[in-house]
Amino acid sequence: MPTVLILGASSDMAIAIARKYAGAGYTIQLAARNAERLQPLRSDLSIRHNAPATLHEFDAEKPTTHEAFWTSLNPRPDITICVFGYLGEQKKAETDWQECARTIQVNYTGAVSILNIVANAYASTGTGTIAAISSVAGERGRQSNYIYGSAKAGFTAYLSGLRNRLFHQKVHVVSIQPGFVYTKMTENMPLPGLLTAHPADVANTVYKAIDKKKNVVYVKWFWRWIMLIIKSIPEPIFKKLKM
Amino acid sequence: MKKEIANWGNYPVMQSDERNFTQLEDIRQFLPQAGPFIPRGNGRCYGDASLAGTTINTTRFDKILSFDTSNGILECQSGITLDQVLEVIVPKGWFLPVTPGTKFITIGGAVASDVHGKNHHVDGCFSHHVEEMDLLLADGALITCGPSLHTDLFEATCGGMGLTGLITRVRFRLKKVETSYIRQKQVKAANLEEIISLFEKYKDYTYSVAWIDCLKKGKGFGRSILILGEHATISDLSPKQKDQPLQLPKKKQITFPFNLPSWILNSFTVKAFNFLYYGKNFKKEINNTVSYEPFFYPLDAILHWNRGYGKKGFIQYQFVVPMEAKQGLIEILQRISDKGLGSFLAVLKVFGKQESLIGFPMEGYTLALDIPVRKGLFETLDELDRIVLQYGGRLYMSKDARMKPEVLRAGYQHLPQFLSIVRKYNPDGKIRSVQSDRLTLTNIKLEKLQNT
Repeated sequence: MPTVLILGASSDMAIAIARKYAGAGYTIQLAARNAERLQPLRSDLSIRHNAPATLHEFDAEKPTTHEAFWTSLNPRPDITICVFGYLGEQKKAETDWQECARTIQVNYTGAVSILNIVANAYASTGTGTIAAISSVAGERGRQSNYIYGSAKAGFTAYLSGLRNRLFHQKVHVVSIQPGFVYTKMTENMPLPGLLTAHPADVANTVYKAIDKKKNVVYVKWFWRWIMLIIKSIPEPIFKKLKM
Repeated sequence: MKKEIANWGNYPVMQSDERNFTQLEDIRQFLPQAGPFIPRGNGRCYGDASLAGTTINTTRFDKILSFDTSNGILECQSGITLDQVLEVIVPKGWFLPVTPGTKFITIGGAVASDVHGKNHHVDGCFSHHVEEMDLLLADGALITCGPSLHTDLFEATCGGMGLTGLITRVRFRLKKVETSYIRQKQVKAANLEEIISLFEKYKDYTYSVAWIDCLKKGKGFGRSILILGEHATISDLSPKQKDQPLQLPKKKQITFPFNLPSWILNSFTVKAFNFLYYGKNFKKEINNTVSYEPFFYPLDAILHWNRGYGKKGFIQYQFVVPMEAKQGLIEILQRISDKGLGSFLAVLKVFGKQESLIGFPMEGYTLALDIPVRKGLFETLDELDRIVLQYGGRLYMSKDARMKPEVLRAGYQHLPQFLSIVRKYNPDGKIRSVQSDRLTLTNIKLEKLQNT
């Protein structure tokens, strides 16, 4: 039975992804900061889908623990999906270094730290798949969320480089660009219904993208075009916009 | 974030700040600092029961915690819907002990409305099968209650419309089944007298309900189709069905794409529908074996069927009158027919005995019908309320969007006791809904109520 590791397993997207893979017959490794809290999800996966699931303590903000976390996984997962992220508060992050550093740490440094380890392990055997949730916010910095956006921009560039490197070792890397999704993270944001995906849509996209070895996928297809338009606005105009 | 919400009747519609949660700890920390709120499941009650300026939506709190497949006991978080539960339990040979006419309600909602089903006369309400549950009180305290543990809280929560606290976990007993099929019998009744005697004749059937034509006058007044059912055993199945006796029904759903203009529903179209519906059963009696889906959930096959009643929404009027008040049933039906209030789906059922603090059912006849909201409707319904009360009956809070507080008080004898338990666990009235305020359950002093 193949195994999938979900990093940041307590989020709404992660729960949907775990259910998708459990339904497809995978063994699930659920990793999060407070693994005990994942107990209900574990029983749910095993009762609904007859899928074995294990719980693992993992903290994106503590890179020094990542090596030990990875070596503790048994078996080594066939697929690693990096779901964790931290939206933070843009206004607060502008003046509060702790908030700013945390946004960067979770979305970029922490993700890079664990994926370096995973990538090296997969590269050494020439097997494995990495998928990671980045964000369309990383495609162009905007005043409303550029701290988060810039961390995700770094992460998107990292994933693209990693994909390039690991291709030669037969390891595949998928970048997922969700756009708006109805989750806890976005609960207080007014989201346009047509442009907004549900966590289950993200899970289906992730599953299909990994299965079909896609490189960069958008959960709702039009986000690719929306971002293309946003990216093509000339900077002298863009800087005057309130976005 | 504010968003527009309504329950199944699409009346009333309001702006609400809706909060979701997946972790118990998150919501537990939030409650003490929250303003007034009401818990909300899948929004399948009909009126204003789960509406408030702030709602706490449980639908992401939907994990199954344990399933004892040999004794048939399921323990789950409150936001899971019945359709998800069925997908898990039916293949293992178990069924819901009680189910209403839709599988798109949450388990928490099933408790809060203390739902009944076609088997009420045999198996009682949903709460009858609950072993224990956890409740998060307004101050963030988590309390476990059950039939013999914090009994007052348990009794006031079953049918208590969410006013005691947020139900987070429920453990309940399931019903053993050999197959996922129902042995169904349909019997036509030419008038009200006949349907009432048919209910009596077939009272040993586990499931019984009747579709009734509310508009027919004269000789055919109250003509009906009685629908009876038993869980099929393996020997009842056709050779093909026997291959997979516990097979889940295939998902066949169509969506009602938009709100129909409300003029489409008028007494002429309803009469035509009723004529066809009654006429489709050529024979006096039909016997067949069907999947549980069309038997229990015929309307779930059409997503958003409530749009058929138009943008203004509809009221589902459901009342019960005691057995000896047959005359009351006749009077109300006559009034409905005279006013042309008939709907496509009027449902008649005989409830069994029930003792509960605030639950809706009582031994007697219950009738439910959908009526589009229009001018003058509420005045007409007030008149019907008076007849219901005159005959010792009451209305179902889960369907209600408009009854007057005094109608509730007259119908529910244990209301003061219920309210004193609500006050004990929800002392500041922080948990409140548009309905509980409208019915003056949460915005009136207890002493004042007892004096009236």
